Formats: sequence, C-alpha cells, structure tokens
Amino acid sequence: MSIRERMSGNEAIATAMRQINPDVFAMFPITPSTEIPQYYAQYVADGRVDTEFITVESEHSSLSACLGAEAAGVRAVTATSSAGLSYMNEVLYVAASSRLPVVLAVACRALTGPININHDYSDSMAERDSGFIQIYGENNQEVYDNYLQAHRIAEHPDVRLPLMICEDGFITSHAIENIELEEDEAVKNFVGEYKPENYLLKKENPLAVGPYGVSNYYMEARVAQAEAMKNAKKVILEVAADFEKTFGRKYGFFEEYRMEDAEIAMVIMGSCAGTAKTAVDELRAKGIKAGVIKIRVFRPFPGEELAEALSGVKAVAVMDKSEGFSACGGPLFAETAGACINLKDRPAMVDIVFGLGGRDFTVEAAESVFDRLKKIADGGDIGEVYTHMGQRER
Amino acid sequence: MSDILEIRWHGRGGQGAKTASQLLADAAFMAGKYVQSFPEYGPERSGAPITAYNRISDERCNVHSNIYDPDYVAVVDETLLESVDVCSGIKENGAVIINSSKSPEELKPLLKGYTGRVCTIDARSISIRNLGAYFPNTPMLAAVVAVSGCVDREQFLKDMEGSYRHKFAKKPQVVEGNLKCLVEAMDEVKG
Repeated sequence: MSIRERMSGNEAIATAMRQINPDVFAMFPITPSTEIPQYYAQYVADGRVDTEFITVESEHSSLSACLGAEAAGVRAVTATSSAGLSYMNEVLYVAASSRLPVVLAVACRALTGPININHDYSDSMAERDSGFIQIYGENNQEVYDNYLQAHRIAEHPDVRLPLMICEDGFITSHAIENIELEEDEAVKNFVGEYKPENYLLKKENPLAVGPYGVSNYYMEARVAQAEAMKNAKKVILEVAADFEKTFGRKYGFFEEYRMEDAEIAMVIMGSCAGTAKTAVDELRAKGIKAGVIKIRVFRPFPGEELAEALSGVKAVAVMDKSEGFSACGGPLFAETAGACINLKDRPAMVDIVFGLGGRDFTVEAAESVFDRLKKIADGGDIGEVYTHMGQRER
Repeated sequence: MSDILEIRWHGRGGQGAKTASQLLADAAFMAGKYVQSFPEYGPERSGAPITAYNRISDERCNVHSNIYDPDYVAVVDETLLESVDVCSGIKENGAVIINSSKSPEELKPLLKGYTGRVCTIDARSISIRNLGAYFPNTPMLAAVVAVSGCVDREQFLKDMEGSYRHKFAKKPQVVEGNLKCLVEAMDEVKG
C-alpha cells in the first residue's frame, strides 16, 4: 500500500535513502542539497538506519570516501549541488572508470558566475561526459521513484556504473507537494541486497582498484566502460518495468506527453516539463497539435528512441536549461539534433536556452515557444536556430 | 487552470512567511487536497522582503512557475506595503489579507491603485493575547483559510487540533492557545 504524504524533493530523497539504508553516507553540505544529509543525520541520530555517516571536509572527499567504501564492496551514497559537483569532477571520473556504483543525489543549481543558488543544469551538464548515469525527475514523486530504481541499475553486473539522481534545485528540492511513498519493507524488497562479485577486500579474490592503465590497456578499459553505458539502457528499462509491476508507476527513457499526432513538440527536462505540459493542454483545447517529450535519462542518451519519437513531427524546440557556450546551442540540443541526423522524416529544430540561474519559466512562456513552432510548421522561416529566452533586453 | 487556487505570501526574512505557506499546505493536504508550497529565494537576509507560494487543487498541479496572478495574497508585515506592490495581479474575485490593526479602509490608499477586496487581521493582538508572544503565522493561516474558503472551517479546526497535539506532544499547554488563535482569527478577520 502506498502512503499518502507531502514533502519536499530533498526529504523525498532522504526518505528513499533511509528506506534503502546504505552502508555509507559521506557528506559535505551545499545549498540546495544540504537538507538531504540534514534529514539523514536525524535518521542516524534516531537510530532508524545503521549507515556509517561520515562528515568530511569537502565534496572531493565525500565522493572519495564513497569510492573507498564501494571499492570495499558496500553501498555508498552522497549528495551535492553546483560548485560541490564541480569539485567532485576528478573523482567522478575515477568512480566511473573504476566501475563503482555510487549513487549521488544532485539538487541541480547554477554554476558561478555570477554566483547564484538557484536552478539550472549547468552543474550536472558539465559532468555529462564523466561516465555517470544521469536520471532526471520532474517533481518530488519522480525523484523518489528514480532513487528507488537507482541502486539496481547502477549495481547490475552488466552495468556497474555510478549514477546521479538529479532534481531541480529549490523548484523541486524545496517545494512541498503530495507524494505517494512506498512502505519500507516493499522498498527494501524491491532494491535488494548489494552483493558485488569482486571487491577490494574479498579474501578469496582480492581486487586492485584504480591501477595505472598504460596505452596497451587504457583503450580496452574505456571501451568496456562505453559498453557498460550501452548496457545500462537495457537495465534501466528492465528495472522500470519491475518498478511498474511492483508500485504501479510507469517510467522509460523519456515521457511522451500528447505526442501521438503532435505536429509541434518541445524537448525539455525536469520541473519545467510540467509547466510545458499545462501549456500543451491549453493549446490542444484550441485544436493545436502540440506535445512534450520530457527527457528522464540523459546518460545513457536514448538517441534512437528519441529520434523515433520525433520522426514525423514538423517543428521541434529543444529547451536547454544550461548554456554550453558552444555558440551553436546547448547540450540537450546537440544530443537531440545528433540523434535525429539520419532520420528520413526529420523535423525542423531550434534550440532555446532558458531559465538560467532560476529565471522563471511560465505557462505563457511555453505557449510562446509553441507559437513560434506553429509558424515554422506552417511553412514559416525557421529563423535563428540558437536563441535565448526570458532575459531582459539591453 | 481556474480550478487551482493560487496564493502568494509576502513577508520579511525571518518572520515565517515560508512556514505559513507550509502550514497552509498542511491544512489543505489534511483536507484531502493536492498542494504545493514553495519559497522564492533571493539573497537571504533577515528582514529582507521574501515571497512564498501555494497552489491548492483537487488534482496534482504540474505547473512549477512562480505565481503572478494569485487568487489571494497574504501580507505578513504591513510595512511591506510601502516598498512592494503586494496586490500585483490579484484576480478579480480575489483579495489581499494584511496583518494589521488598521481597518481595510485605512489601508486601501496604500495599495498602489488596487481596487479589489481588502481584508485585515490583527495577528499581533490575537497572538499576544493567546500565546503571550508575537507569532503571526497561526492567525494569518486562519485568516487566509477563512477568506479563501480553501478548507472547510470545522474540518480545518479539527485537523489543526490533531496536528498541534502531535507537534506539541511535549508541550501540551500551548495547544489551547494556538487553537484559540485560529478561532479568533477566523472570527475577527475584517473586510
């Protein structure tokens, strides 16, 4: 039986962690993720978990401590945001290449500068090539559900990769909304025990972790890691299918909202997808065939599946909530456009960078994007492919 | 989106506008509703103007923007009327609910041309009378519930009593005072 509750995204993540009761939580606080270890410290103090809760002196150390714990063969978790994630950068790559399935909660927040505490994806997008699996949620419910699936995906023998559960800083992390929680026992049964095949301190078969890789070996290791990321696609869908069977909520690589006969569509991530869906409802009521694709899994990127979903759509706006400074579009646009390159029936596609540093995204703003797409779909000029939205004019 | 009730709170950092919006979400949640309660964070400093928001609905609300055209606005600190256009965007049948000992008529000229419904609640007297100290959130919460009708009065009082008995299990003496704050605020809100 699900439990009707209301809580913030941060509390939802902390609750999922409590139910899973990982062996190690190494923490260093940073806004807006700080509440996650704060709630967890209370669970530790109240004796509700028996996790080794380690307070360390930096994010570089928190992830390093997790890495050590995972190498020793146990489950380790942490949480961070923004500059904290950047400070982990070096260790993210070590975790991924050492094939240590740490689960890292990220309350996504803009990177400096100017210094800013609010939401965009500049922190997580900067780590898209780190080798972490990245799964994004629209609201507290999805973030909780994603977290319940995280360990099984990361620890699967065909995958063995670390994983980021991404929520929108403040918008999701600090907003209290209704949520359906699952019972502790049901969660424990779903997630299961972690029994790695090999680990550092295994008596019968001790393992070296993080050795030097000469040119004669490095490439094989990287190709194996790339294969693991491809395997993650299969495992993500298997775990989602079991999640749906167990708890009734359905997940895939992305959500297609009113896409069946859509002529215009937005590709978007996170909480703003909900706002865009509301705009779609209003446009559909006026007979405009609009739809939304909300990307849930960004790494591995579901290129083939996304291309298939966009095939036949006339005009697409990719909404990038981070600026990649490529001068030709943000990271989500690069991936989406790349995925569609061999489509026969390829849509016209524009990139809109929006919402940086917490700049608000409204239903009206979403409607204005669809207005532009409608004109393109009706044969109008595509105009500038890469633009920004919502900033004041000078 | 007409079936979603939207409320915007204005307060000063440290006064508890965010907490008040969370209490309202709790009350609506207990009454079976879908709720959102979220703060808008700027540079945090004690005393600086802050905003918090509520959405209350019968189905999950997917919109995650701030609220620009609220049904109701709650102003926890009346000195904000000088510096913030608190009534901006209030819907035609909505209202502004201001924590003040003054009457609605006295405050109307300060509302930058707003011509809609104005309500006032003397949260300070109610709080001091019943709790012996100034905690504006409880009377403000009750005033917003009374004016907006977002939760049925009897249900609200019953749920809040349960909530207080749970929250103040170790200080039961404050339960009565808080409940009195709620009832008196619902009865005494003007406008």
